[in-house]
Amino acid sequence: MHSETQAAPLEEVLKSDWGGGKSPFGVSWGKLMMWLFILSDAFTFGGLLAGYGALRVTVGKWPDTNEIFAISLGGTKVPLLLIAIMTFILVSSSGWMALAVNAAYQRDRRNTVKYLLLVILFGLTFLSCQAYEWSKLIFHEGVRPWRVPSHPPFNGIVQFGACFFTLTGFHGLHVLSGVIYLSVIAARVAKGVYDRRGSYEAVEIAGLYWHFVDLVWVFIFTFFYLF
Amino acid sequence: MSVVAQAEHKHDLRRTYLTVWFWLFVLSFGLYFVDLMHLPTALATILYTAIALMKAGLIAAYFMHLRFERLNLVYSILFPLILLIALVAAVLPDGLSVLLHRQPFFEGR
Repeated sequence: MHSETQAAPLEEVLKSDWGGGKSPFGVSWGKLMMWLFILSDAFTFGGLLAGYGALRVTVGKWPDTNEIFAISLGGTKVPLLLIAIMTFILVSSSGWMALAVNAAYQRDRRNTVKYLLLVILFGLTFLSCQAYEWSKLIFHEGVRPWRVPSHPPFNGIVQFGACFFTLTGFHGLHVLSGVIYLSVIAARVAKGVYDRRGSYEAVEIAGLYWHFVDLVWVFIFTFFYLF
Repeated sequence: MSVVAQAEHKHDLRRTYLTVWFWLFVLSFGLYFVDLMHLPTALATILYTAIALMKAGLIAAYFMHLRFERLNLVYSILFPLILLIALVAAVLPDGLSVLLHRQPFFEGR
């Protein structure tokens, strides 16, 4: 199929790929379905981020996120420190996930489980940071999705509360689902389910989901926290 | 899956993964750095968007193996994402017009 040196006419290519009896995408159905889910999920987050952008534009002046998410370190306030740490935790977890998939390619059961457990651990750490951040904003600052304090840095801009809880809540829910999903996969790898099946592809498919959750965080981190 | 992709799949990709991982850390730090620099909004927006897209591209291409998949799959996933631009283009002007209506009442703030 790829060995022809001369480009075939378009009709020929379409016929050869879509004429039946072939796999046009060259992947298993499980992987294709995960990709289609990811595509639809990209639109979910795209819609939320676009909505956030539109809401933010309507109020003109947005609360200073550098100040809201600052953490005191030895007396000095470091802007966005917790969020930066959370970003590094999530990027790290994605790296461990890549290594888990790599071990799965080699059908290395021990290492696959080891790296998957590291991903789960990092995912749980991320969620703990988020729980801390949420409880700080809710219980100490009095921020709600429908109400924010009228003093600086919030200045009564209620759209901030709505966007913050919706965006980070949706993403956090995805991380939580990912942790549960990966725990199930890790248990099945440990039990040898995929050795018996002769394919470790389930690990790779779970990896697609986890990397996507990391990918979404890139945009939330950039456009909600930094911007 | 092309012959090349199949050969590469059997390969040990650890080196590639670690390189990508390293660059993801560098780019994340770059994003944080742009924030600390307090650049003019237009410049910061361009830098944020460019670095975020680079990070997303690295994750999708290498960690999610999109680079090693058939073009049929790659195009089926990437082309619909162009609609996200339309989504933003559709709602941002609406927000802007709301701002223009509100602005006269913002004097006290």
